[in-house]
Amino acid sequence: MRRHRWLIPGILGLAVALVAAVAGRWGASAGPGQPTLQEVIRARGLTPDQVLAAVQTYVPPGKYDEYLMFSSGGQSGQVLVYGLPSMRLLRVIGVFAPEPWQGYGFSKESREILAGGEGKGESLAWGDTHHPALSETKGEYDGQYLFINDKANARIAVIDLRDFSTKQIVRNPNAYSNHGAVVSPDTDYVLEATQYAAPFPPGYRALSQEAYNQHYRGLVTFWRFDRARGRIDPARSFQIEVPPYWQDLADFGRLESDGWAFINSFNTERAIGGTLDKQPPMEIGASARDVDYLHIINYRRAAELVAQGRARTVNGIKVLSLRDAVEGGVLYFAPEPKSPHGVDVAPRGDYIVVGGKLDPNVTVYSFRKIQQAVRDRAFSGRDPYGVPILAFDRVVAAQVKVGLGPLHTQFDDRGNAYTSLFLDSAVAKWTLGEPYHRGGDAWKLVDTLPVQYNIGHLATVMGDTARPGGKYLVALNKWSVDQYRNVGPLFPQNLQLIDISGEKMRLLSNTPVGLAEPHLAQIIPLERVTSWAVYPQVGINPLTMQPDPQAVTAGKERIERRGRTVEVWMTAMRSHFTPDRIRAKKGDTVIIHITNIERAKDAIHGFAIDRHNINLSLEPGKTETVIFTADRAGVFPFYCTEFCSALHLEMAGYLEVEP
Amino acid sequence: MALAAMRESLARARARSDGRWVRSLAAAALLGLSLLMPYWRVTLYAPQYPGGLRADIYLTRVGGDAREIDILNHYIGMKSLSLAAPLERRLAVPLVLGGVLAVGSAPLFGRLGLLLQAPAVVFPVGVVADLAYWLWRFGHSLDPSAPIRVEPFMPPVIGRGTVMQFTTVAAPRWGFLLAVATAALALYNVVTGWRR
Repeated sequence: MRRHRWLIPGILGLAVALVAAVAGRWGASAGPGQPTLQEVIRARGLTPDQVLAAVQTYVPPGKYDEYLMFSSGGQSGQVLVYGLPSMRLLRVIGVFAPEPWQGYGFSKESREILAGGEGKGESLAWGDTHHPALSETKGEYDGQYLFINDKANARIAVIDLRDFSTKQIVRNPNAYSNHGAVVSPDTDYVLEATQYAAPFPPGYRALSQEAYNQHYRGLVTFWRFDRARGRIDPARSFQIEVPPYWQDLADFGRLESDGWAFINSFNTERAIGGTLDKQPPMEIGASARDVDYLHIINYRRAAELVAQGRARTVNGIKVLSLRDAVEGGVLYFAPEPKSPHGVDVAPRGDYIVVGGKLDPNVTVYSFRKIQQAVRDRAFSGRDPYGVPILAFDRVVAAQVKVGLGPLHTQFDDRGNAYTSLFLDSAVAKWTLGEPYHRGGDAWKLVDTLPVQYNIGHLATVMGDTARPGGKYLVALNKWSVDQYRNVGPLFPQNLQLIDISGEKMRLLSNTPVGLAEPHLAQIIPLERVTSWAVYPQVGINPLTMQPDPQAVTAGKERIERRGRTVEVWMTAMRSHFTPDRIRAKKGDTVIIHITNIERAKDAIHGFAIDRHNINLSLEPGKTETVIFTADRAGVFPFYCTEFCSALHLEMAGYLEVEP
Repeated sequence: MALAAMRESLARARARSDGRWVRSLAAAALLGLSLLMPYWRVTLYAPQYPGGLRADIYLTRVGGDAREIDILNHYIGMKSLSLAAPLERRLAVPLVLGGVLAVGSAPLFGRLGLLLQAPAVVFPVGVVADLAYWLWRFGHSLDPSAPIRVEPFMPPVIGRGTVMQFTTVAAPRWGFLLAVATAALALYNVVTGWRR
């Protein structure tokens, strides 16, 4: 009896304890006043799918992302680096415009890089970056270099991923604009096609239809990349003259199509506008015909012709004439749905996928069929410049109806293709044909996922290489409309992360971009990029990546005056510049070589001189130089601009300029 | 000369299976080897140095993150670690090599050999005492004009201490342990040899 009295409360107590334990585990309340997981989900009105997406993309403090995404920085002229799946912005790389945090555009070294892309008397304050391209080895990203184009000024930049900074900018001497940068499977060439045709050779040609047809041209530039030097070598580069259509995106063949390149075009109508003269507006004139031309280029052959001396040099670069390109079997056309954008080579190099924005189909060309058609001379005609046009039905493998506004295609590791649909604001997933998929599974639309909104390009993990990774897709949307609280009438761009590991695509997260319109991105596994945490030794010049002869170590700092030049050899370390006083006379040229002699990760110092438009970023081991004229008398403080230590504010000095 | 003698002694030792020779040669080898290894390690932990900073104290130099530690130490006016124990560091190699020779060849010299091994027995004690002296001296000769003023302090020779946001942990490393092993072997030789 006595025992029984305790039995029921005992069992009850045990049950309560168990429930409490389980609730404590799953409710995960961290303490009094802290909500449980269930309470948070309820309070925020999250669906189970959203909770799953949040957990999938959450990267806890101190943990790293799995992938790096290199995104164009649009009108900022820079490159943006994100971590995936968190979609956190890790870095902005200064490329075509000064970037004060990195001191890019202020030092002698970075001024030299920017000047490399400027014409005589030009001082460009911006660039329009569109298409980043990671360097490749055997058709796969190797994580060594990144190239990016500036559409507005026809420039290509080379970024070294050892220190994530720009090393070279080359200016296309014969073009005004470009679209895209793509690399050949072993990065021996970076391809840049002009966007808008212009007088060739560059100069003034009054804009009449006749002059346009006769004297305006497009150019396809094959920049030769010297990997050992990490630089583009203009002397070994060449251009191919093409008709005055507006060439657009490009891709290199690989494996079976190695040695070939493919480029889209539009405005094969050769419209020149003239709305005030009662001519059709450009957009009407340039989309009158139903087809434009896919440019099919045998660039190996072109390189041979150039090597044989068949090219002439125009403004310092070798140009293969249109006639030589046609006669030499370098250039062929194939009809493609009008106003295309993406031209994307499938992983094995066997198919070329073209999205014509005004056609609901993606058109897939077979490289083998193209080869056969070239051999058979199966031409449906020639364009006004004599370029042979391959018969459409002799080169097309399939047309897949994917939705409205197909724009750009990337691939996964299971033989699927993902095409952005601009008009539908969606991503279409569809299957490739043999050997990726056979029989009824081939060339089939599998899934469509709405995105918010007006998607331009998309990127899957290594999705334009010989070995795509699958897992994630990022949609780069032009409009965000209602996705964020508007912050004035300039809306953020909207990047969306999508899980593509399953049969159905799943939207995971939104990331606003509030600094420019990113166009294309590339995604690479984190471990493939091995960058320096500090420069490998003290005194490295970021331009040469070699020890700088002007670098000094502690105790060797000095100031020398020679005539009207004051030269300073300075060191920076926590928390002082040595020397911390510089004396000059008005009109002197002041040269300061500064070496950050620190070896600790993240022990970065800035160097700014008040009212002199100078700001450097000196990462541990870096040596940079500033040169300026002391053009005003006065005493100007200089200071460290990167909070480096408890005595950071004390890290300062004075520049005295005597009248 | 010495090498030939050693080889000969080793052969003799093997023949007579005399442990004394084995011990002496092992002791000499260990002592010589210790020259290549850090004797002591002081590790500094602070939030912004997740992996900690290490000063590896060799008989001849301070390695590891000595440079970074110097940068931090200058805030409290401590001298650069490279300025510590200049005489000891210069003498380290000849002294230790002398010790190697003395310990290794001790059995050749009978009773005198016992005396030859004595310095090796006290060597580890000397190392610790010298280290303690220099820690004390560095902690008590802070530059009064330093940006951050702290009271003179004695960093722990072994174990844990705290200076501002840094927790320091000091402990012997392999080099010291080898020297101790040498000392133990030498001591055993001395004690057993004396009894005989």
